Amino acid sequence: MNYEWDWGAVQDSLPLLLDGFRTTLLATVLGILVAAVLGLIAAMAGRAPTRWVSVPVRALMEFIRSTPLLVQLAGAYAVFNTVDPLTIGITVLGIHYASYLSEVYRAGIDGVPKGQWEACRALSLSPRRTWQAVILPQAVRNVLPALGNYAIAMFKETPFLAVITVMEMVAEARQFGAEHFAYAETFTLAGLIFLVASYPTSLLMRKLEKRLGH
Amino acid sequence: MGDFFSLFFDNLPQVGSGLWVTVQATLLGSLVALALSFVFGLMANTRPVLVRGVSRVIVEFFRGTSLYVQLFWLYYALPLLTGYQLSPVFCGVVAFGLNYGAYGSEVVRGALNAVPRAQYEAAVALNMTPFQRMRRVILPQAWVQMIPPFTNLLIQLLKATPLLWLISATDLTTVIQQMRDRTGASVAAYLTLLVLYFVLAYALTLCMNALERAAKTRIGQRESAKGLFRTRSSAERLPGGVR
Repeated sequence: MNYEWDWGAVQDSLPLLLDGFRTTLLATVLGILVAAVLGLIAAMAGRAPTRWVSVPVRALMEFIRSTPLLVQLAGAYAVFNTVDPLTIGITVLGIHYASYLSEVYRAGIDGVPKGQWEACRALSLSPRRTWQAVILPQAVRNVLPALGNYAIAMFKETPFLAVITVMEMVAEARQFGAEHFAYAETFTLAGLIFLVASYPTSLLMRKLEKRLGH
Repeated sequence: MGDFFSLFFDNLPQVGSGLWVTVQATLLGSLVALALSFVFGLMANTRPVLVRGVSRVIVEFFRGTSLYVQLFWLYYALPLLTGYQLSPVFCGVVAFGLNYGAYGSEVVRGALNAVPRAQYEAAVALNMTPFQRMRRVILPQAWVQMIPPFTNLLIQLLKATPLLWLISATDLTTVIQQMRDRTGASVAAYLTLLVLYFVLAYALTLCMNALERAAKTRIGQRESAKGLFRTRSSAERLPGGVR
Protein backbone atom coordinates (compact mmCIF):
# COMPACT_ATOMS: atom_id res chain seq x y z
CA MET A 1 0.00 0.00 0.00
CA ASN A 2 1.36 3.36 -0.98
CA TYR A 3 0.67 6.26 1.27
CA GLU A 4 1.23 9.77 0.06
CA TRP A 5 2.58 12.04 2.78
CA ASP A 6 0.29 15.05 2.57
CA TRP A 7 2.04 18.30 3.41
CA GLY A 8 -1.26 20.08 2.91
CA ALA A 9 -2.72 18.17 5.84
CA VAL A 10 0.27 19.16 7.96
CA GLN A 11 -0.31 22.79 7.08
CA ASP A 12 -4.07 22.66 7.61
CA SER A 13 -3.92 20.84 10.93
CA LEU A 14 -1.16 22.95 12.47
CA PRO A 15 -3.42 25.84 13.58
CA LEU A 16 -5.87 23.36 15.13
CA LEU A 17 -3.09 21.54 16.95
CA LEU A 18 -1.65 24.78 18.27
CA ASP A 19 -5.12 25.74 19.43
CA GLY A 20 -5.33 22.41 21.26
CA PHE A 21 -1.83 23.02 22.58
CA ARG A 22 -3.15 26.07 24.44
CA THR A 23 -5.62 23.85 26.28
CA THR A 24 -2.80 21.39 26.97
CA LEU A 25 -0.67 24.16 28.48
CA LEU A 26 -3.54 25.60 30.48
CA ALA A 27 -4.35 22.18 31.95
CA THR A 28 -0.69 21.60 32.80
CA VAL A 29 -0.17 24.94 34.51
CA LEU A 30 -3.40 24.86 36.53
CA GLY A 31 -2.97 21.14 37.22
CA ILE A 32 0.52 21.55 38.67
CA LEU A 33 -0.68 24.48 40.81
CA VAL A 34 -3.48 22.36 42.28
CA ALA A 35 -1.01 19.50 42.78
CA ALA A 36 1.56 21.72 44.48
CA VAL A 37 -0.98 23.02 47.00
CA LEU A 38 -2.80 19.73 47.66
CA GLY A 39 0.50 17.85 47.82
CA LEU A 40 1.78 20.16 50.51
CA ILE A 41 -1.44 19.83 52.52
CA ALA A 42 -1.30 16.05 52.18
CA ALA A 43 2.36 15.94 53.21
CA MET A 44 1.65 18.01 56.32
CA ALA A 45 -1.47 15.99 57.17
CA GLY A 46 0.58 12.81 56.70
CA ARG A 47 2.85 14.03 59.51
CA ALA A 48 0.00 15.00 61.82
CA PRO A 49 0.61 13.95 65.44
CA THR A 50 -2.63 11.93 65.64
CA ARG A 51 -2.65 8.66 63.76
CA TRP A 52 -6.36 9.18 63.02
CA VAL A 53 -5.34 11.82 60.51
CA SER A 54 -1.94 10.69 59.28
CA VAL A 55 -2.67 7.04 58.51
CA PRO A 56 -5.82 7.57 56.36
CA VAL A 57 -4.15 10.42 54.48
CA ARG A 58 -1.10 8.32 53.67
CA ALA A 59 -3.24 5.34 52.68
CA LEU A 60 -5.36 7.50 50.38
CA MET A 61 -2.26 8.97 48.74
CA GLU A 62 -0.83 5.48 48.25
CA PHE A 63 -4.09 4.35 46.66
CA ILE A 64 -4.27 7.30 44.28
CA ARG A 65 -0.63 6.87 43.35
CA SER A 66 -1.04 3.17 42.55
CA THR A 67 -4.09 3.41 40.32
CA PRO A 68 -4.29 4.58 36.70
CA LEU A 69 -4.97 8.23 35.97
CA LEU A 70 -7.05 7.25 32.95
CA VAL A 71 -9.49 5.27 35.10
CA GLN A 72 -9.64 8.06 37.69
CA LEU A 73 -10.50 10.54 34.95
CA ALA A 74 -13.13 8.33 33.33
CA GLY A 75 -14.64 7.60 36.75
CA ALA A 76 -14.80 11.23 37.83
CA TYR A 77 -16.33 12.18 34.48
CA ALA A 78 -19.01 9.49 34.81
CA VAL A 79 -19.87 10.35 38.41
CA PHE A 80 -19.80 14.15 38.20
CA ASN A 81 -21.48 14.35 34.81
CA THR A 82 -22.83 17.86 35.28
CA VAL A 83 -19.43 19.52 35.83
CA ASP A 84 -17.42 21.05 32.99
CA PRO A 85 -14.94 18.43 31.63
CA LEU A 86 -11.90 20.72 31.71
CA THR A 87 -12.54 21.48 35.40
CA ILE A 88 -12.81 17.76 36.16
CA GLY A 89 -9.66 17.11 34.17
CA ILE A 90 -7.60 19.72 35.98
CA THR A 91 -8.89 18.61 39.38
CA VAL A 92 -8.17 14.92 38.76
CA LEU A 93 -4.73 15.67 37.27
CA GLY A 94 -4.04 17.88 40.30
CA ILE A 95 -5.11 15.25 42.82
CA HIS A 96 -3.20 12.50 41.02
CA TYR A 97 0.03 14.47 40.97
CA ALA A 98 -0.55 15.69 44.52
CA SER A 99 -0.12 12.06 45.55
CA TYR A 100 3.37 12.05 44.02
CA LEU A 101 4.24 15.49 45.26
CA SER A 102 3.23 14.66 48.83
CA GLU A 103 6.11 12.13 48.78
CA VAL A 104 8.45 14.74 47.36
CA TYR A 105 7.44 17.24 50.03
CA ARG A 106 7.78 14.54 52.67
CA ALA A 107 11.36 13.94 51.58
CA GLY A 108 11.94 17.70 51.47
CA ILE A 109 10.58 18.16 54.99
CA ASP A 110 12.58 15.19 56.27
CA GLY A 111 15.62 16.87 54.75
CA VAL A 112 15.32 19.81 57.16
CA PRO A 113 17.77 19.12 60.01
CA LYS A 114 16.22 17.93 63.27
CA GLY A 115 17.96 20.73 65.12
CA GLN A 116 15.69 23.22 63.38
CA TRP A 117 12.61 21.61 64.90
CA GLU A 118 14.27 21.50 68.30
CA ALA A 119 15.27 25.14 68.06
CA CYS A 120 11.67 26.08 67.29
CA ARG A 121 10.50 24.19 70.34
CA ALA A 122 13.17 25.80 72.47
CA LEU A 123 11.97 29.21 71.29
CA SER A 124 8.40 27.99 71.97
CA LEU A 125 7.21 29.02 68.53
CA SER A 126 3.65 28.01 67.69
CA PRO A 127 3.28 25.11 65.20
CA ARG A 128 2.03 27.62 62.65
CA ARG A 129 5.10 29.81 63.02
CA THR A 130 7.37 26.76 63.03
CA TRP A 131 6.08 25.62 59.65
CA GLN A 132 5.72 29.06 58.15
CA ALA A 133 8.94 30.71 59.19
CA VAL A 134 11.38 27.84 59.58
CA ILE A 135 10.47 24.50 58.03
CA LEU A 136 8.63 25.31 54.80
CA PRO A 137 11.08 27.87 53.39
CA GLN A 138 13.84 25.28 53.69
CA ALA A 139 11.75 22.35 52.50
CA VAL A 140 10.30 24.09 49.45
CA ARG A 141 13.75 24.92 48.12
CA ASN A 142 14.60 21.21 48.17
CA VAL A 143 11.40 20.45 46.32
CA LEU A 144 11.52 22.92 43.41
CA PRO A 145 13.48 20.83 40.86
CA ALA A 146 11.23 17.83 41.43
CA LEU A 147 8.20 20.06 40.98
CA GLY A 148 9.49 21.04 37.55
CA ASN A 149 10.06 17.42 36.57
CA TYR A 150 6.54 16.49 37.58
CA ALA A 151 5.20 19.42 35.59
CA ILE A 152 6.92 17.99 32.49
CA ALA A 153 5.53 14.55 33.27
CA MET A 154 2.04 16.00 33.65
CA PHE A 155 2.39 17.86 30.38
CA LYS A 156 3.02 14.55 28.63
CA GLU A 157 -0.02 12.99 30.31
CA THR A 158 -2.54 15.67 29.35
CA PRO A 159 -3.63 13.70 26.23
CA PHE A 160 -5.63 11.61 28.72
CA LEU A 161 -8.03 14.53 28.93
CA ALA A 162 -9.26 13.62 25.45
CA VAL A 163 -11.05 10.69 27.08
CA ILE A 164 -13.35 13.10 28.88
CA THR A 165 -14.00 15.15 25.72
CA VAL A 166 -11.53 17.97 26.45
CA MET A 167 -10.18 19.10 23.08
CA GLU A 168 -6.49 19.23 23.87
CA MET A 169 -3.83 18.75 21.22
CA VAL A 170 -4.01 14.99 20.72
CA ALA A 171 -7.80 15.07 20.57
CA GLU A 172 -7.53 17.70 17.82
CA ALA A 173 -4.98 15.54 16.01
CA ARG A 174 -7.26 12.55 16.22
CA GLN A 175 -10.29 14.43 14.99
CA PHE A 176 -8.49 16.06 12.08
CA GLY A 177 -6.82 12.75 11.24
CA ALA A 178 -10.15 10.95 11.14
CA GLU A 179 -11.82 13.59 8.99
CA HIS A 180 -9.03 13.88 6.43
CA PHE A 181 -7.61 10.35 6.62
CA ALA A 182 -4.33 11.89 7.76
CA TYR A 183 -3.45 10.17 11.05
CA ALA A 184 0.21 9.81 10.07
CA GLU A 185 0.67 13.54 9.53
CA THR A 186 -1.28 14.80 12.54
CA PHE A 187 0.10 12.35 15.11
CA THR A 188 3.65 12.89 13.89
CA LEU A 189 3.12 16.62 14.17
CA ALA A 190 1.63 16.30 17.66
CA GLY A 191 4.60 14.20 18.78
CA LEU A 192 7.05 16.75 17.42
CA ILE A 193 5.27 19.58 19.20
CA PHE A 194 5.56 17.64 22.46
CA LEU A 195 9.24 17.05 21.82
CA VAL A 196 9.94 20.68 20.97
CA ALA A 197 8.11 21.87 24.07
CA SER A 198 9.33 19.34 26.62
CA TYR A 199 12.97 18.77 25.71
CA PRO A 200 14.26 22.33 26.32
CA THR A 201 12.25 22.46 29.53
CA SER A 202 13.79 19.26 30.84
CA LEU A 203 17.28 20.52 29.94
CA LEU A 204 16.50 23.66 31.91
CA MET A 205 15.31 21.61 34.89
CA ARG A 206 18.50 19.54 34.83
CA LYS A 207 20.56 22.74 34.94
CA LEU A 208 18.49 24.06 37.83
CA GLU A 209 18.92 20.76 39.68
CA LYS A 210 22.68 20.92 39.28
CA ARG A 211 22.75 24.49 40.49
CA LEU A 212 20.78 23.68 43.59
CA GLY A 213 23.23 20.88 44.23
CA HIS A 214 21.12 17.74 43.85
CA MET B 1 -25.12 -0.95 42.67
CA GLY B 2 -26.21 -4.50 43.47
CA ASP B 3 -26.82 -4.99 39.78
CA PHE B 4 -23.21 -4.29 38.99
CA PHE B 5 -21.85 -6.77 41.50
CA SER B 6 -24.21 -9.53 40.42
CA LEU B 7 -23.17 -8.93 36.82
CA PHE B 8 -19.53 -8.86 37.92
CA PHE B 9 -19.70 -12.19 39.73
CA ASP B 10 -21.82 -13.82 37.01
CA ASN B 11 -19.21 -12.91 34.42
CA LEU B 12 -16.03 -13.69 36.30
CA PRO B 13 -14.45 -15.53 33.33
CA GLN B 14 -14.82 -12.37 31.28
CA VAL B 15 -13.19 -10.31 34.04
CA GLY B 16 -10.45 -12.92 34.18
CA SER B 17 -9.72 -12.64 30.48
CA GLY B 18 -9.60 -8.85 30.69
CA LEU B 19 -7.26 -9.14 33.65
CA TRP B 20 -5.10 -11.52 31.64
CA VAL B 21 -4.80 -9.05 28.74
CA THR B 22 -3.74 -6.33 31.19
CA VAL B 23 -1.21 -8.56 32.95
CA GLN B 24 0.13 -9.83 29.63
CA ALA B 25 0.62 -6.31 28.27
CA THR B 26 2.30 -5.25 31.52
CA LEU B 27 4.71 -8.17 31.69
CA LEU B 28 5.62 -8.31 27.99
CA GLY B 29 5.92 -4.52 27.84
CA SER B 30 8.22 -4.48 30.84
CA LEU B 31 10.37 -7.28 29.39
CA VAL B 32 10.86 -5.26 26.20
CA ALA B 33 11.52 -2.18 28.32
CA LEU B 34 14.07 -4.04 30.46
CA ALA B 35 15.98 -5.27 27.41
CA LEU B 36 16.00 -1.79 25.82
CA SER B 37 17.04 -0.21 29.13
CA PHE B 38 20.18 -2.30 29.18
CA VAL B 39 20.94 -1.81 25.49
CA PHE B 40 20.62 1.99 25.64
CA GLY B 41 22.00 2.29 29.16
CA LEU B 42 25.16 0.36 28.28
CA MET B 43 25.48 2.26 25.00
CA ALA B 44 25.31 5.53 26.93
CA ASN B 45 28.30 4.45 28.99
CA THR B 46 30.63 3.47 26.16
CA ARG B 47 33.42 5.60 24.87
CA PRO B 48 32.75 6.16 21.12
CA VAL B 49 30.85 9.42 20.67
CA LEU B 50 28.73 7.99 17.85
CA VAL B 51 27.38 5.12 19.97
CA ARG B 52 26.65 7.43 22.89
CA GLY B 53 25.03 9.97 20.59
CA VAL B 54 22.72 7.42 18.97
CA SER B 55 21.60 6.21 22.38
CA ARG B 56 20.99 9.77 23.61
CA VAL B 57 18.95 10.75 20.58
CA ILE B 58 16.75 7.66 20.75
CA VAL B 59 16.23 8.00 24.50
CA GLU B 60 15.37 11.69 24.35
CA PHE B 61 13.05 11.09 21.44
CA PHE B 62 11.01 8.46 23.24
CA ARG B 63 11.02 10.33 26.54
CA GLY B 64 10.06 13.59 24.90
CA THR B 65 7.16 12.72 22.63
CA SER B 66 4.59 11.41 25.12
CA LEU B 67 3.58 7.75 25.35
CA TYR B 68 0.05 8.52 24.20
CA VAL B 69 1.17 10.00 20.93
CA GLN B 70 3.54 7.07 20.37
CA LEU B 71 0.83 4.51 20.99
CA PHE B 72 -1.69 6.28 18.77
CA TRP B 73 0.95 6.73 16.09
CA LEU B 74 1.66 2.99 16.09
CA TYR B 75 -2.01 2.12 16.00
CA TYR B 76 -3.41 4.72 13.60
CA ALA B 77 -0.53 6.10 11.56
CA LEU B 78 1.74 3.11 11.01
CA PRO B 79 -0.93 1.06 9.14
CA LEU B 80 -1.43 3.97 6.76
CA LEU B 81 2.28 4.23 6.04
CA THR B 82 3.11 0.52 5.78
CA GLY B 83 -0.16 -1.29 5.24
CA TYR B 84 0.37 -3.52 8.29
CA GLN B 85 -2.15 -3.28 11.10
CA LEU B 86 -0.65 -4.42 14.41
CA SER B 87 -2.94 -5.99 16.99
CA PRO B 88 -3.83 -3.59 19.83
CA VAL B 89 -2.00 -5.58 22.50
CA PHE B 90 1.10 -5.84 20.32
CA CYS B 91 0.98 -2.08 19.70
CA GLY B 92 0.75 -1.60 23.43
CA VAL B 93 3.70 -3.86 24.17
CA VAL B 94 5.88 -2.08 21.58
CA ALA B 95 4.91 1.42 22.73
CA PHE B 96 5.24 0.64 26.46
CA GLY B 97 8.53 -1.12 25.82
CA LEU B 98 10.04 1.77 23.85
CA ASN B 99 8.79 4.50 26.17
CA TYR B 100 9.67 2.88 29.49
CA GLY B 101 12.84 1.43 27.98
CA ALA B 102 13.95 5.01 27.36
CA TYR B 103 13.26 5.97 30.98
CA GLY B 104 14.86 2.72 32.18
CA SER B 105 18.06 3.34 30.26
CA GLU B 106 18.65 6.39 32.44
CA VAL B 107 18.26 4.15 35.49
CA VAL B 108 20.82 1.69 34.12
CA ARG B 109 23.23 4.47 33.21
CA GLY B 110 22.92 6.09 36.64
CA ALA B 111 23.33 2.82 38.52
CA LEU B 112 26.43 1.85 36.51
CA ASN B 113 27.97 5.23 37.27
CA ALA B 114 27.13 4.84 40.96
CA VAL B 115 29.33 1.75 41.36
CA PRO B 116 32.51 3.03 43.03
CA ARG B 117 35.36 3.70 40.65
CA ALA B 118 37.68 1.52 42.76
CA GLN B 119 35.61 -1.53 41.90
CA TYR B 120 36.40 -1.04 38.20
CA GLU B 121 40.05 -0.52 39.01
CA ALA B 122 40.24 -3.60 41.22
CA ALA B 123 38.66 -5.72 38.49
CA VAL B 124 41.21 -4.40 35.99
CA ALA B 125 44.03 -5.07 38.43
CA LEU B 126 42.82 -8.67 38.77
CA ASN B 127 43.19 -8.97 35.01
CA MET B 128 39.50 -9.62 34.35
CA THR B 129 38.20 -9.27 30.81
CA PRO B 130 35.66 -6.44 30.29
CA PHE B 131 32.91 -9.06 30.07
CA GLN B 132 33.93 -10.74 33.35
CA ARG B 133 34.24 -7.36 34.99
CA MET B 134 30.67 -6.48 34.03
CA ARG B 135 29.16 -9.83 34.91
CA ARG B 136 30.94 -10.58 38.17
CA VAL B 137 31.71 -7.20 39.69
CA ILE B 138 29.83 -4.23 38.27
CA LEU B 139 26.38 -5.54 37.36
CA PRO B 140 25.62 -7.37 40.62
CA GLN B 141 26.23 -4.13 42.51
CA ALA B 142 24.49 -1.85 40.01
CA TRP B 143 21.51 -4.22 39.82
CA VAL B 144 20.69 -3.69 43.51
CA GLN B 145 20.50 0.04 42.86
CA MET B 146 18.37 -0.36 39.77
CA ILE B 147 15.56 -2.34 41.36
CA PRO B 148 13.75 0.44 43.31
CA PRO B 149 13.51 2.82 40.32
CA PHE B 150 12.61 -0.12 38.08
CA THR B 151 9.77 -0.88 40.50
CA ASN B 152 8.50 2.66 40.05
CA LEU B 153 8.65 2.29 36.29
CA LEU B 154 6.87 -1.05 36.39
CA ILE B 155 3.97 0.45 38.33
CA GLN B 156 3.91 3.38 35.90
CA LEU B 157 3.70 0.90 33.04
CA LEU B 158 0.86 -0.99 34.71
CA LYS B 159 -0.95 2.32 35.14
CA ALA B 160 -0.52 3.08 31.45
CA THR B 161 -2.21 -0.15 30.30
CA PRO B 162 -5.78 1.27 30.38
CA LEU B 163 -4.69 3.06 27.21
CA LEU B 164 -5.35 -0.27 25.52
CA TRP B 165 -9.03 0.47 26.02
CA LEU B 166 -8.66 3.49 23.72
CA ILE B 167 -7.23 1.35 20.93
CA SER B 168 -9.97 -1.26 21.37
CA ALA B 169 -8.21 -4.10 23.15
CA THR B 170 -10.41 -5.97 25.63
CA ASP B 171 -8.32 -5.28 28.72
CA LEU B 172 -9.55 -5.05 32.30
CA THR B 173 -10.71 -1.44 31.90
CA THR B 174 -12.72 -2.25 28.79
CA VAL B 175 -14.43 -5.24 30.40
CA ILE B 176 -15.45 -3.36 33.55
CA GLN B 177 -16.60 -0.34 31.56
CA GLN B 178 -18.84 -2.60 29.48
CA MET B 179 -20.41 -3.85 32.71
CA ARG B 180 -20.87 -0.28 33.86
CA ASP B 181 -22.61 0.61 30.62
CA ARG B 182 -25.04 -2.27 31.09
CA THR B 183 -25.92 -1.43 34.71
CA GLY B 184 -25.30 2.32 34.92
CA ALA B 185 -23.59 1.89 38.30
CA SER B 186 -20.62 4.22 37.75
CA VAL B 187 -19.41 4.50 41.33
CA ALA B 188 -19.36 0.76 41.98
CA ALA B 189 -17.78 -0.03 38.61
CA TYR B 190 -14.95 2.48 38.78
CA LEU B 191 -14.19 1.79 42.45
CA THR B 192 -13.95 -1.93 41.68
CA LEU B 193 -11.65 -1.17 38.76
CA LEU B 194 -9.41 1.06 40.88
CA VAL B 195 -9.21 -1.55 43.64
CA LEU B 196 -8.27 -4.24 41.10
CA TYR B 197 -5.44 -2.07 39.78
CA PHE B 198 -4.30 -1.31 43.31
CA VAL B 199 -4.12 -5.03 44.10
CA LEU B 200 -2.16 -5.66 40.90
CA ALA B 201 0.25 -2.84 41.71
CA TYR B 202 0.81 -4.10 45.24
CA ALA B 203 1.38 -7.66 44.01
CA LEU B 204 3.99 -6.41 41.54
CA THR B 205 5.64 -4.36 44.31
CA LEU B 206 5.89 -7.44 46.55
CA CYS B 207 7.56 -9.40 43.75
CA MET B 208 10.05 -6.60 43.14
CA ASN B 209 10.79 -6.35 46.88
CA ALA B 210 11.57 -10.07 46.94
CA LEU B 211 13.84 -9.59 43.92
CA GLU B 212 15.62 -6.72 45.65
CA ARG B 213 16.15 -8.79 48.77
CA ALA B 214 17.61 -11.64 46.72
CA ALA B 215 19.92 -9.25 44.87
CA LYS B 216 21.08 -7.69 48.13
CA THR B 217 21.74 -11.10 49.67
CA ARG B 218 23.88 -11.97 46.67
CA ILE B 219 26.26 -9.10 47.35
CA GLY B 220 26.24 -9.68 51.10
CA GLN B 221 23.74 -7.04 52.26
CA ARG B 222 21.12 -8.89 54.29
CA GLU B 223 17.96 -7.01 55.12
CA SER B 224 15.09 -7.96 57.41
CA ALA B 225 11.97 -9.66 56.05
CA LYS B 226 9.90 -6.66 57.12
CA GLY B 227 11.17 -4.75 54.12
CA LEU B 228 9.35 -7.16 51.82
CA PHE B 229 5.96 -5.65 52.57
CA ARG B 230 6.78 -2.00 52.23
CA THR B 231 5.03 -0.08 49.51
CA ARG B 232 6.64 1.46 46.52
CA SER B 233 6.48 4.98 47.86
CA SER B 234 8.54 4.25 50.93
CA ALA B 235 11.39 3.10 48.70
CA GLU B 236 14.23 5.41 49.66
CA ARG B 237 14.32 7.76 46.74
CA LEU B 238 11.97 8.79 44.01
CA PRO B 239 14.07 9.32 40.91
CA GLY B 240 13.41 12.92 39.98
CA GLY B 241 13.62 12.67 36.23
CA VAL B 242 11.66 9.46 36.07
CA ARG B 243 8.72 10.46 38.26
